[in-house]
Amino acid sequence: MPRLARGVRTRFDPTRQKWIVLAPERLFVPDEIAFEIIRRCDGTATVGAIADDLAAAFHEQRHVVLKDVTALLSDLAEKGVVVT
Amino acid sequence: MIDPPLAVLAELTHRCPLQCPYCSNPVELERSKTELSTAEWIRVMREIADVGALQVHLSGGEPMARPDLDQIVAAARDAGLYSNLITSAVLLTEERMERLAGAGLDHVQISFQDSEPARADRIAGYRGALAKKKRAAEAVRMCGLPLTVNLVVHRQNLTTLEDLLTMAVDLLPQRIEVAHVQYYGWAIRNRAALMPTPEQVRSALETVERARERLRGRVTIDHVVPDYYGRRPKACMGGWGRRFLNITPSGKVLPCHAAESLPGMVFETVRERTIGEIWRDSPAFDAFRGTSWMPEPCRSCERREIDWGGCRCQALAITGDAAAADPVCDKSPDHVTLTSLTNQALAEGAPDLVYRRYGARAG
Repeated sequence: MPRLARGVRTRFDPTRQKWIVLAPERLFVPDEIAFEIIRRCDGTATVGAIADDLAAAFHEQRHVVLKDVTALLSDLAEKGVVVT
Repeated sequence: MIDPPLAVLAELTHRCPLQCPYCSNPVELERSKTELSTAEWIRVMREIADVGALQVHLSGGEPMARPDLDQIVAAARDAGLYSNLITSAVLLTEERMERLAGAGLDHVQISFQDSEPARADRIAGYRGALAKKKRAAEAVRMCGLPLTVNLVVHRQNLTTLEDLLTMAVDLLPQRIEVAHVQYYGWAIRNRAALMPTPEQVRSALETVERARERLRGRVTIDHVVPDYYGRRPKACMGGWGRRFLNITPSGKVLPCHAAESLPGMVFETVRERTIGEIWRDSPAFDAFRGTSWMPEPCRSCERREIDWGGCRCQALAITGDAAAADPVCDKSPDHVTLTSLTNQALAEGAPDLVYRRYGARAG
């Protein structure tokens, strides 16, 4: 059940009109899909549940979504943004 | 249209109990009587958010030397800023850590001089620093805050990098930074004592790579090759006046923390104009912003919007011209000077350290 790592938080930036991910010594602007994944990493939803939710919300095939979610989360875990 | 900055380094004071000979503060340290007041720093936190920055690094000197630090942290939090405390941690007790966490601090970075107490004391010019730092790291963890361990490395401790990393990992940080000394200000005065050997630099790369493999998914390690051994300059501050600004203890607004070493520049203060006005419209920020100021080889280089010409302070320190290409670049005609300065520093052996002190003017 992925969650944001200690010290990582998201906020909407009124200057840039974008969601930002803030982490120790780094910050980045996720694209829309990445942000939809990140904001579901609340420590209670499984990777499967996140994929279910996104597939339903965006009318996409679940196996395609699951692949994207898994790839993004493994990248974010490597960077220390998400803990799985 | 000038993009807003992303992050601000707020040097709350230049006072510090430590005397590290590679301190990044200017050689002319600002005195406590010139420091901004609590109310001024609180206003500055709001202005930092207003100009569009998202992160504030609370640094010094030793920021814990300001008894009003928790009020400043609370102001950063109220303004929506992500706050990072950059500290030597010798003043960071459990009780103060709890107050800072309560005020909304997001992250703590603690610097370490060595993994061995006597050697750490010698570099810091302070007795018993290491034990205090370790206790402080534990206090950070107990408060649930993320920790970065910053390991400052140079010729006198690089051979023990494995030990330094082991010590760092035992403190359970989220992130480790292996920071080679950068040769500006105080560190230039100690270049002959601190310059790493080529073997040390090579070996450090391998040691860090092995540690990254071991710690993958647990701790991230950042490591940058020291400038004098580089071939491509870093995008210093992400480019002059593009991502970053620095505020000195007395409120001067600088494009980088070493910018006062550049001659002929006038820096405005937060007592005169808002940070937004200074960022968008001031001679100091315009001086090296973008690419139009660049001479060759930068002007026609395909990397000009990657490294933005490198570091102005380094260009000045090595070539005597702040507008020259950063000599770290092997396209710079002065790149060979860097190599000869490195060799000269290594040949001089290990002279006594010049410690960072008010009024110390050796070198």
